[in-house]
Amino acid sequence: MIAHYGYKDAEGEFFITIDTDRCGRCEDKPCVAACPRGVFTVEEDPYGDTVVAVDDRRRRRLKYECAECKPAGDRPALPCVRACPWGAMTHSW
Amino acid sequence: MMMVPREEYWRWSEASWADPDKHWKDARVVTLGIDVGSVSSEAVVCLDGELYAFNTVRTAAGSVESARNAMKGVFERTGLRFDDIHYVVGTGYGRVNLPFAHKAITEIACHGRGANYMGGPSVRTILDMGGQDCKAIRVDERGKVTNFLMNDKCAAGTGRGMEVIADLLEVPIEELGPRSFDIDEEPPPVSDVCVVFAKSEAMARLKDGWSKNKVIAAYCRAMAERVAALLQRVGVEPDFFITGGISKNIGVVRRIEEIIGVKALPTPYDTQIAGALGAALFAHALYLKAQGKPQAA
Repeated sequence: MIAHYGYKDAEGEFFITIDTDRCGRCEDKPCVAACPRGVFTVEEDPYGDTVVAVDDRRRRRLKYECAECKPAGDRPALPCVRACPWGAMTHSW
Repeated sequence: MMMVPREEYWRWSEASWADPDKHWKDARVVTLGIDVGSVSSEAVVCLDGELYAFNTVRTAAGSVESARNAMKGVFERTGLRFDDIHYVVGTGYGRVNLPFAHKAITEIACHGRGANYMGGPSVRTILDMGGQDCKAIRVDERGKVTNFLMNDKCAAGTGRGMEVIADLLEVPIEELGPRSFDIDEEPPPVSDVCVVFAKSEAMARLKDGWSKNKVIAAYCRAMAERVAALLQRVGVEPDFFITGGISKNIGVVRRIEEIIGVKALPTPYDTQIAGALGAALFAHALYLKAQGKPQAA
């Protein structure tokens, strides 16, 4: 399943996309600890797979939650994306 | 000073139904799905995995109260009691607060399952236009979600946005869709990014001399363009199915179809109950699984 968490508003589109088929293969979910803002949570999806999701309380403010990892100048690889061993995560902005 | 009661144009009709050809006492498994949404709450009863009865009410102040109101209507209509139900699944915004549900399942998965039942296994793309959010969902032939997007940050393109416009224009909400076609030519859309901006823009257009119908058309067009943009992020593959209260607004539905170039699948069901129906179907599968009679959940 491709899960798009986030929103589109007047400022743009702010979605974190997680391929839960890939995510479900990962035992340790290192992306959760890698995020300095605690954006991610681990949950069981409706089909019984244990996957990473974006925390309900943070879905509507992703632009601001992720801001410190996205400086305006040189942007290093995002900690969450870098930590994912299966390449299951992307950001839309 | 005497207060004159103001007509509430936004009020949509609550609905209740039970299949007269079925009786719950003949069923082996009776399941209940409850969808507590931000604007409406629905209770659906399935008998052996088939739709039997439903009740739709406006959401009250609390999730539990809303669920009880929805259940009460369906119980009164069918003679069922809560103790007759084998398994209950809750969904929607208020799902985590329902103490009497055996399990809570996301509305994304439930809408996928419900749309699969209503539209059949050929449904691949679902648009759910709810009270305060909008979801674009892709499913496989069993109704399992393969791709989804939910936008619940902004009320533009949702039922609440339509309610605001109905009140502003003093037009009953059920009339908005048909009246949006009673125009000479399609106007440009009002702001498609914010209900507040759209409302003030609609007022400005009225002052410019636009008819109410023209303003309604411009708002329906704006909603259609907004949700079509969300659909394009997940991709549209036929068959296409629309659920949620706005699916009853022909003015929005026809304009979405025009923009994406795909017709929505017609259905005899009330598509507002798709989430609760999916929850009741999940409940049936989960009950069988718990009884040692596995079925895909």
